[in-house]
Amino acid sequence: MMDDLKSLYQEVILDHSKSPRNFGKIEPHTTEGHGDNPLCGDQVTLYVNVDDAGIITDISFEGKGCAISTASTSLLTQLVKGKSKGEATELFGQFQDMVTSSPEDTNRSEAPDELKVLAGVKQFPMRVKCATLSWHALKAALENKAALATSE
Amino acid sequence: MNDMTTFDVEKIRRDFPIFEEKIHGKRLTFLDSGASAQKPQVVLDAVKSAYAETYANVHRGVHYLSQKSTELYEGARETVRAHLNAESLDEVIFTKNTTEAINLVAQSYGLMALKPGDEIILSYLEHHSNIVPWQLIAERMGATVKAVPINQDGEFLMEEFEKLLSEKTKIVAVTHVSNAIGTIVPVKEIIAKAHDKGVPVLIDGSQAVPHMQVDVQDLDADFYVFTGHKLFAPTGIGVLYGKNKWLEQMPPYQGGGDMINRVTFEKTTYATGHSKFEAGTPPIVQAIGLGTAINYVNEIGFDKIGAHEQSLLAYATEEIRKLNNVRIIGDAPHKAAIVSFTMDGIHPHDIGTIIDQAGVAVRVGHHCAQPLMDFYDVPSTVRASFAMYNNRDDVDALVDAMQMVQRFFA
Ligand SMILES: Cc1ncc(COP(=O)(O)O)c(C=O)c1O
Repeated sequence: MMDDLKSLYQEVILDHSKSPRNFGKIEPHTTEGHGDNPLCGDQVTLYVNVDDAGIITDISFEGKGCAISTASTSLLTQLVKGKSKGEATELFGQFQDMVTSSPEDTNRSEAPDELKVLAGVKQFPMRVKCATLSWHALKAALENKAALATSE
Repeated sequence: MNDMTTFDVEKIRRDFPIFEEKIHGKRLTFLDSGASAQKPQVVLDAVKSAYAETYANVHRGVHYLSQKSTELYEGARETVRAHLNAESLDEVIFTKNTTEAINLVAQSYGLMALKPGDEIILSYLEHHSNIVPWQLIAERMGATVKAVPINQDGEFLMEEFEKLLSEKTKIVAVTHVSNAIGTIVPVKEIIAKAHDKGVPVLIDGSQAVPHMQVDVQDLDADFYVFTGHKLFAPTGIGVLYGKNKWLEQMPPYQGGGDMINRVTFEKTTYATGHSKFEAGTPPIVQAIGLGTAINYVNEIGFDKIGAHEQSLLAYATEEIRKLNNVRIIGDAPHKAAIVSFTMDGIHPHDIGTIIDQAGVAVRVGHHCAQPLMDFYDVPSTVRASFAMYNNRDDVDALVDAMQMVQRFFA
């Protein structure tokens, strides 16, 4: 039993959940995205700066979440910073393939090692949403019209 | 019938086959009966027999099986009537669950009684299913929803309720027992106060009926609703008790077979009594299962069930209090056997996943009571809800598992 738990709650996960990276609100930001997990009431908001070339130059987050969702969000922010929108979308696909048992696209390359620490989530289907919440929020942010998102 | 002079929890556990199951190789510690209760063998047998031996549609045939099935189905209605001490069978309407019962009253009574500017009074303790149906009809009719606040212990504030009651109030809908934190609400007093102003009251008894005897005439409730699956019965069956004086005036909620007197394209006349509100083929077998479940709990007796659960609640509360960095949410003096808590720095979802590995099943989340969670300023809690089949080993297993969580996150 402890083995499954240990693979879910790896040291890296516990560390990121206790001291999340890029936590807070960057001002100004060009876009933001919100994620709601209706199952547990958790919420996350991502604040993103995308430059004219479509590169994510900065990203941060706020919100309350479980260890899995907080760690996943923290890792996400580290990973996508400096990446293009297209690369970020590709990472989302890789991440989803990793945590769900039936990958959408078997030709897609594997998730990078930084995300593999979350592979244990696959054994806990009820927790997949916790891990993917912030990725959905990122997708929402990147699809947002910048002006709309910052005007609220 | 009642030959049990003492309460034998181990005997009761043997009546529930689920307790023979191993969860992740561990003994099952089931503390999630508030979400849905386990089923005793007698209910499983009744369901099987209703399908295997007596099954046919009800009210629609003259043949033997249809008659037999109708007798059993209507027999279940009589069991519910007697159990709630309703005056007549016409006041007992079978629904799919509590949610449907509340939507029925909200839509039907609401359509009849609400005008723009009218008010509906709820409380902070409500389950979403006693909030959203009222918001829907309020929006449609131009009425407003008000909520009676609670104090930090989770008690309904009677003085605030009296302040909210006015000529604008057209209905009060409150829970009998809070599903999220266990508070037993003084519904009899609420009903009396509302009746002083001529306002009818709906009581959501979902979390009350598994723990206590309910007498709708003693309460003088206008509507009393509950869901069968929390009362050891199958899913898909709920009950709406309504006073005849209201049901007679209320328009049908859904149209279809069984709820009519005569149908022509020019004008249809409706059936009277409970039939007016039971359109279509009902949950026949589920109702029969509910009747069986009610007989089963009555054989044990709610005096004994209540005493057993209260002693478990006291033991669980005491043991959980001994743990550091654990906060019990809701500390009303009158509580059903529900303990909601948070652990400092550890999210309920993580707690739920970890203790599940020890075979401990609890509910984590907002318990469909987000306004209440907002009041306590927590997104979610862990809820251990007890039923008559729980014992002290269950409490010990929960507390051990909580300590394991603390070590894990230390
Ligand atoms: C207090 C309360 N009201 C209503 C409900 C809704 O019951 P159901 O989902 O069976 O309609 C529940 C249970 O989920 C409850 O605890």
